[in-house]
Amino acid sequence: MGASVLRPDGALKVSGEFAYSSDLWLDGMLWGATLRSPHPSAWIRSIDIGPALAMPGVYAVLTHEDVPGEKFYGLENKDQPVLAIDQVRYQGEPVALVAADHPETARRAADAIVVTYGEREAVTDPRVALERRMLVRHQPVRVGSTFSADVVVTGEYEVGMQDQAFLGPESGLAVPAEDGGVDLYIATQWLHVDQGQVAPCLGLPPEKVRLTLAGVGGAFGAREDLSMQIHASMLALRTGKPVKMVYGREESFFGHVHRHPAWMRYEHGATLDGRLVYVKAEILLDGGAYTSSSPAVVGNAASLGVGPYEVDNVHIDAYGTFTNNPPCGAMRGFGAVQACYAYESQMDRLAAACGLTPVEIRIRNAVSQGSRLATGQVVDTPAPLAEMLRDLDAMPLPESVSRDLRDLPGGVGQTTHGDGVRRGVGYGVGIKNICFSEGFDDYSTARVRVELLGGEPHVLVHTAAAEVGQGLVIIQAQIARTELGIDHVTVAPADTQVGSSGSSSASRQSYVTGGAVKTACEAVRERIEKDGRPLEVILQDGPIEETREYRHRRTFPMDPVTGQGDSHTQLALCVHRAVVDVDVELGLVKVVELAAVQDVGKILNPLALEGQIHGGTAQGLGLALMEEIQVRDGKVLNPSFTDYLIPTILDMPPMQLKILENPDPNAPYGLRGAGEPPTLSSTPAIAAAVRNATGLPLSRVPIRPQDIALA
Amino acid sequence: MPDLHEISLIVNGVVREVTVPARRLLSDCLRHDLGLTGTHVGCEHGVCGACTILLDGEPARSCLTLAVTAAGHEITTVEGLAGDDGPSAVQRAFRECHGLQCGFCTPGFLCTATALLRENPAPTDEEVVEGLSGNLCRCTGYQNIVKSVHRAAELLAEES
Repeated sequence: MGASVLRPDGALKVSGEFAYSSDLWLDGMLWGATLRSPHPSAWIRSIDIGPALAMPGVYAVLTHEDVPGEKFYGLENKDQPVLAIDQVRYQGEPVALVAADHPETARRAADAIVVTYGEREAVTDPRVALERRMLVRHQPVRVGSTFSADVVVTGEYEVGMQDQAFLGPESGLAVPAEDGGVDLYIATQWLHVDQGQVAPCLGLPPEKVRLTLAGVGGAFGAREDLSMQIHASMLALRTGKPVKMVYGREESFFGHVHRHPAWMRYEHGATLDGRLVYVKAEILLDGGAYTSSSPAVVGNAASLGVGPYEVDNVHIDAYGTFTNNPPCGAMRGFGAVQACYAYESQMDRLAAACGLTPVEIRIRNAVSQGSRLATGQVVDTPAPLAEMLRDLDAMPLPESVSRDLRDLPGGVGQTTHGDGVRRGVGYGVGIKNICFSEGFDDYSTARVRVELLGGEPHVLVHTAAAEVGQGLVIIQAQIARTELGIDHVTVAPADTQVGSSGSSSASRQSYVTGGAVKTACEAVRERIEKDGRPLEVILQDGPIEETREYRHRRTFPMDPVTGQGDSHTQLALCVHRAVVDVDVELGLVKVVELAAVQDVGKILNPLALEGQIHGGTAQGLGLALMEEIQVRDGKVLNPSFTDYLIPTILDMPPMQLKILENPDPNAPYGLRGAGEPPTLSSTPAIAAAVRNATGLPLSRVPIRPQDIALA
Repeated sequence: MPDLHEISLIVNGVVREVTVPARRLLSDCLRHDLGLTGTHVGCEHGVCGACTILLDGEPARSCLTLAVTAAGHEITTVEGLAGDDGPSAVQRAFRECHGLQCGFCTPGFLCTATALLRENPAPTDEEVVEGLSGNLCRCTGYQNIVKSVHRAAELLAEES
């Protein structure tokens, strides 16, 4: 434990043999395709599947009438139709399905289905939805009664709709089984929650819907909701043949939820020496057409809405709206990202108003162990934010603006000779809840088996936890090796033949599935110790196997009126410093360096951990400077990688990292979830650096060239 | 049915005969007709670079190349990077330096980096970044990919 053990899947991933969900193949399989709504809001007057069914090679064309079981599904609220029934509520909503013997045939057949729509008014402005109380959740936070102060700063902030943009589009293979059920090989984040939604819609008991994790090409929240799981299964059951579905990139933009865009109004009051007196905030998050995980996202925005700062008086209203925009749900950072951008922007305004540096204002208000959050929850584990900020501030700064034209904003485009290029430095701080919150029964299951293979003890670790790239397979093996002292450890493919591991989200798997593997290993070890004989001798009687569930500390709902409650089980901090060069005439930004300090409690695998911090930081950079799904009147304007930009290697600067280990005594090995916090703090740090360079208020991310050049 | 073309491709050193319509993409031909699924398709229009292969040794987007135009040419896919004695230096370096997470982009990076290091066996940071700027990775933040390429250069130098 603590060593940079290499990924067990690394060898297959560099040889090209790792089987992603898009690579699966069975002889005689059919290809599925989805017909989606072109309109954000319309009645469906009629659907004529005749022309599609008549095409050679087409095996099935299905609509909502063919859904064998329940017609609706959803993560938190079953409000999303498997296929549209009489109306569509967002552009891209699935309307009909096709199975054919070739993917092109399936696509053309889907295009041949004739749907007559009656377009109607689309509600696409969440402020209108708020006025009309079209709310998925309203969560207030109310503490204290002092809402006046010597220094007051206000601001309105916006965050654009970000896409997870994993590189491996949605895909899977559904295989009809002899027992009338279906075997589904799928790239997902949470096998059991998929099973729990798929089975009722197929009209099957859960045990007849068996899921196995196929290779996952990235996730970042976008695979928490269902995409084609029910669709492929319906086609397989109808045709009696295996059915593969693979979304293209454009369809992927319509096939999963996005990060909620946000409109936020903040007011911070402080003493003359920069100590917070109060925070008032209104946070509006657009959830789009269906519930997805919006309630939990709104909960995070509310409970973490002031950030990791001590303040006695808080008045927050966080809202999630229903509109006819694309549905929004989970993305790395999950509601904490949007608020973080706003409260950190406010902290900089407050620093300026009080004549303090950005670092000093944050240190003066930083939470520490024993602090009380806005929800009343006491931070009862180490939270060394002030120390982290001092460490960050002490890191060396990069050299001043380069004279090499290639290093300037615009790069090889040679848009400048350095005139008009300004250097800026900015800081960002983020706090993220780890694991599921607000009373959710959050647990993981692990089965650990020790047996003799070739005369030597081997360990098999079996969980349903999804490896999505983060490195959980390494951590599971490391834990088993550490706990059992046996070198040969295999992590079995994740499937639903073992109990749920919960989601690979909320930075929770090292904690919860790590905890389950550890606990199951301890149970195995206890049996070995109790037996007393040498392990090799015991195992000659047969394998030892133990299955254990692991739960983190209980959490509680937020009070619906005051927002009070111990809603989180663990909190994690990350701080970033960004250095940027800005061509103030052209509005081009080059991030020169990013430095980060994060407290992870305990480092399990340095290589994998650093990879998570680097990757999370890069996604925060994307949100700061380039990533936005542009939606106009409910329609997505840029569903492609030509028009939706994610950072390239040229956009991502070198990083300095400092990782602290202040253990959380409640968590296995003292660890703290690590994947999300860097995604929070890098965005406001970069935005602050660009403000520092330009002197502009820049109250919206992503910051576009015109926001600078035309300001 | 569209007209079909019988073509032969030299894939990873082996002559492969396939019959394809003129507009069959090389990426689909490799993945579907030849079963070489190590070449990944991430965006279908030449932006992400996951489908990068080596066409006569030069990196090319297989999602923007028609299979028929590659007739008679040498194609190296990720499956062909390893030698008789195991994974190539570039493959080993990406694994050793954790230059991958989900790994979906990795075959494209491996092919691009292989060509880069053949042209420039000891690239600077700037040259690595420039050389790989046509490949997207969503997981790693690229830090360990830069390290991997430098490490591959070291391994190649040791081997030569």
